[in-house]
Amino acid sequence: MTKMSHAEALVTAILDSMAADADVVLLGRPLGLGPQRMLMSRLTDRFEDRVYDPPVCEAGNAALGVGAAMAGIRPFVDLSTGSFSFLAFSQIINEAAVSNYMTAGKIPVPVTFHCLEGVRGGGAPQHSQNIHAFVWNTAGLEILAPSCPADMYGLTRAALASNNPTFIMNHAKLMAVEGDVPDDRAAIPIGKADIKRRGKDVTIVALSLMVGLALQAAEELAKEGIDVEVVDPRTLAPLDEETILASVARTGRLVVVDETNMQGSIASGIAGMVAERGFRSLKAAVQRVARPDTPVPFSAPMEAFLLPTHETIMAAVKRTLV
Amino acid sequence: MSAHLSQDARWRLFETMLLMRRFEESVAKMNVEKHFTGHYHLYIGQEATGAPAISLLGPKDSLSTTHRNHGHVIARGADPGGALAEIMGRATGLSGGRGGTIHLTDASLGFLSTSGVVGGSISLGVGGAFARKHRKDGSIHLALFGDSALEEGVAFESLNIASLWKLPIVFLCENNSADSWDRSRGGYTTLTHAANDLRSIPGALGIPSRRVDGCDVEDVHEAMAEAVEACRAGKGPMFIEAMTRRWAGSAPLWPELSTGVTDLRMATGEAAIEGEHSAWYAQNDPVLKLARELLGEGAGARERIFAIDAQVTARMQAAERFAIDSPMPAPETALQHVFA
Repeated sequence: MTKMSHAEALVTAILDSMAADADVVLLGRPLGLGPQRMLMSRLTDRFEDRVYDPPVCEAGNAALGVGAAMAGIRPFVDLSTGSFSFLAFSQIINEAAVSNYMTAGKIPVPVTFHCLEGVRGGGAPQHSQNIHAFVWNTAGLEILAPSCPADMYGLTRAALASNNPTFIMNHAKLMAVEGDVPDDRAAIPIGKADIKRRGKDVTIVALSLMVGLALQAAEELAKEGIDVEVVDPRTLAPLDEETILASVARTGRLVVVDETNMQGSIASGIAGMVAERGFRSLKAAVQRVARPDTPVPFSAPMEAFLLPTHETIMAAVKRTLV
Repeated sequence: MSAHLSQDARWRLFETMLLMRRFEESVAKMNVEKHFTGHYHLYIGQEATGAPAISLLGPKDSLSTTHRNHGHVIARGADPGGALAEIMGRATGLSGGRGGTIHLTDASLGFLSTSGVVGGSISLGVGGAFARKHRKDGSIHLALFGDSALEEGVAFESLNIASLWKLPIVFLCENNSADSWDRSRGGYTTLTHAANDLRSIPGALGIPSRRVDGCDVEDVHEAMAEAVEACRAGKGPMFIEAMTRRWAGSAPLWPELSTGVTDLRMATGEAAIEGEHSAWYAQNDPVLKLARELLGEGAGARERIFAIDAQVTARMQAAERFAIDSPMPAPETALQHVFA
């Protein structure tokens, strides 16, 4: 194991992918505006001619990656702040995701999109969007949401090796968070959930930044004698429904946590899936933890008021035990 | 006639252009006979742009096209039967009937996925050119699009990237707004742009651009040859605006074969030119125009023109039979190919 931050895991994965495949190119700088951005030199030092700095044009940059992928190379397209990726939705959703389908498999699109999404703190409405739920409604796109450096590394390697368009939803608040990354430097299969904590009383399904909060809630609840299992889907599409259903079959209770607002959230989608496919396992109503349906305000106390916390997750767990 | 194109090259272009024309006549016929439904777009009237431009590409070059793509795909050498079957949603279509007329493409010939979103050929095409440059093998990309593509914001972004990174791409704008009807006449969308000279848009970004007569194979070929050579030499991108005429059948919102099945005897003087479309037959139809020029090639030209037409017509009759006889896809195969 090697301890590294999310940002370092991302850079290491891109570096290893570029070394493994000369067709991997980087369009943009995926490390944001924080101090982690200095890690970019590891990429530019070694692969100066394969790291490009596009103009400020999300649609043009996304189309560049999609067209290049149709022509057979593997671009990693950074869309910077997730909120800006709306400008590139036509390229992501209406070009990349449909090409393999509408050519009967003759023109796959091995492009990887990446953004720093979510409520980053003080971002105000236009820099705080969670976009994974918008994108989740797209058929033909693999959507990855890593919650720890090990998954960041393995899923990025998988994305850059996939023949499908992939979208890495990286949470802005995770970039500095550290964790252990296995030294085998292997890709993590797309479509496989991971049980982050074993437990027998209640299942929490959480993704991305919410996994850490769910684990914190589980530790607190353990002190009260409540044994929680935390399932991290890791990839939203394809979704590992079987691992979620098997966990609910063991616990009989489900809480789903998503940072985005409730309407059309992952929490809602997974709750619906379990209601249909796992109804006989359920001993209590499924609880959803997500933001109220508002934009995200700038002012810190208002922003904090809207966000899921380990306390709101604990309360939801207890509601399943009433 | 200038000496830029050899006699042989002109005859080959005539055969290609006539196949493009007869193909579209078949498409219109298949639609009228209800072999397929839905909106579609015909390339009639622009053959003298697409044929010479595409004839200058090599096997490693890539290209991107638009909703008005049939002529481009045929000019590049796609099988007319497979193309027609695709337009008719048949299992034997080039993409198994999944793309239809709007997304007609042939990956084996270097086409990217065909975007039906206006501006897509430019923006995806710049990606294609980026891949060509990455390969470092001297190959280039040709992006074919209409004048309205330059109304889209992404077109400007993509032209900027192409210019900044000196990508090997020829932007070929087929301006077909002349003779079009605007929306107020119930016609199909035409150019609505504050720039009164489209060349000023790439021009503002430092992309060399020139305008040619899109109804003249010589003019298009000469400009395109120069642009291709510049791109291969690393001096791309290049922009060409080809001025074509809007064929009367593409003026209304729904296409109609308003000028009928092309009668080459109008070029040889054996059939009278009259009626509301006489200006089209006499001056603007690129196929008739080239046929008239070829008649000047000397003895036997007339017979050669009709012999080529007989071959092309027979080929399209076979393509129609193939498409009509082809099965529809099994409905449940709609679940396939979501992922590679």
